[in-house]
Amino acid sequence: MSLFQDLNEKAFYLGVPLSAHLDLTYRCNERCDHCYLDHDDKGEMTTAEIFGLLDQLANAGVLMLTFSGGEPFLRRDLFEIIARARALTFNVKLKTNAVMIREAQAKRLRELGVNKVQISVYSHRPEVHDAITRVPGSLKRTIGAIRFLRSQGLNVTLANVLMRYNVHDGPEVQKLARELDAKYTLDPTITPMMNGDTSVLSLRIARDDLANVVRNPDLVGDVDQFCAPPSPQDETAMDDVPCSAGHTSCYISPYGDVYPCVQFPLPCGNVRRERFIDIWKNSAPMNEVRSIRLRDLPTCSTCAHGGTCTRCPGLAYMEGNMRGPSSADCEKSFVRTGIVTAGMKAKNAGPLIGLVQIAAAPAVGAGGTA
Amino acid sequence: MSEQFIARGPTLAYRMLGGETIIMSAGDSTLFSLDEVGSFIWQKADGRTLDSIAADICEEYDVTPEVARRDAEEFVAALVSRGLLVLSQEQPVREKS
Repeated sequence: MSLFQDLNEKAFYLGVPLSAHLDLTYRCNERCDHCYLDHDDKGEMTTAEIFGLLDQLANAGVLMLTFSGGEPFLRRDLFEIIARARALTFNVKLKTNAVMIREAQAKRLRELGVNKVQISVYSHRPEVHDAITRVPGSLKRTIGAIRFLRSQGLNVTLANVLMRYNVHDGPEVQKLARELDAKYTLDPTITPMMNGDTSVLSLRIARDDLANVVRNPDLVGDVDQFCAPPSPQDETAMDDVPCSAGHTSCYISPYGDVYPCVQFPLPCGNVRRERFIDIWKNSAPMNEVRSIRLRDLPTCSTCAHGGTCTRCPGLAYMEGNMRGPSSADCEKSFVRTGIVTAGMKAKNAGPLIGLVQIAAAPAVGAGGTA
Repeated sequence: MSEQFIARGPTLAYRMLGGETIIMSAGDSTLFSLDEVGSFIWQKADGRTLDSIAADICEEYDVTPEVARRDAEEFVAALVSRGLLVLSQEQPVREKS
């Protein structure tokens, strides 16, 4: 077992939130088509409130802290906040579109000891990237910023969200990452908006394109292993937890709302009204999330993919049931292995049952009136 | 080493977890774990000298000054070689532990 796995297991056992994701603002200088946020400021935490929160997070045991948004550089106090976080010895990761980063900002991030900077890049082609961000010239600015960051020796990852518009540009963005001496990560999952609006899901890539992604050795390594059919269900897997959300990680909005994860908009409390540690330990929704094991999932516990699926409980929650399947993850498991998931069978069974009922009613009526 | 001041590396991230100290390096995110005694020395490494740290160890644990000094010196040297502790000729400003 690696020290990192050991660390996670220990944090899990002790109930320590090892990592936290804090969105500093939902305001943004881009208007990306797939974004799950609205960009109004509805009362962001002040600098003092964030400083107090950072103290609380450090005391609760948080080691890895991600600052994101919105665009975090729209906060005038961003460097003050990062400096405070580093003084509290957090490992700091920053998620940004980087268009406001020039040489001076890159230098400051390096001086402050920021560990990683993750930057959204949708395409190597300006006409595609800029169309998605709806900001002309944004790709040029972003690539310029990556060069400044790399020249300071900072770890940079290009995050490539795949949509219908840019699905074929992935390999070229990966090549661009190599040219810039940066890492590359890809995400084919488009999530519903935080307010429940699912219209952005129409941007999700087609099944054939997802198949090309999961069969690309540059992305998944050993394709045969990655796409292998799941092994028979091991009974011990029934005690597995779905992911780290609410167990060793959490998400905090710019307004102080605490959730199990950025993709799991289940309100658990607000740090403006309660101490973070009280929310973390005592919030009923957080404890409900924590109590769920694979055996508690009525559909997924019967699924051949149960122990290997990347099921996101937050996406399941946004589909209406945190104990239900997540259709996006069912799709991934199916495309990866060719084996239909229990969630897909249940979904198909739904309309079928309806058809039987509709068909049966006239027959009964016909018999009764004969 | 006895005349030098010992401090934690400025770019590190670290936190106590269940009696151990977990340290993460900034460059490559390598993790290190220190046991209880190592954690004690880590907490004291805020710009003090080796003699000062050894004296603190004697106060906390039932060991002779010679053993405390020898063990502390070996431990500090090991952490310096991994870039986790830094030595300086001038006393740094005491950091928050």
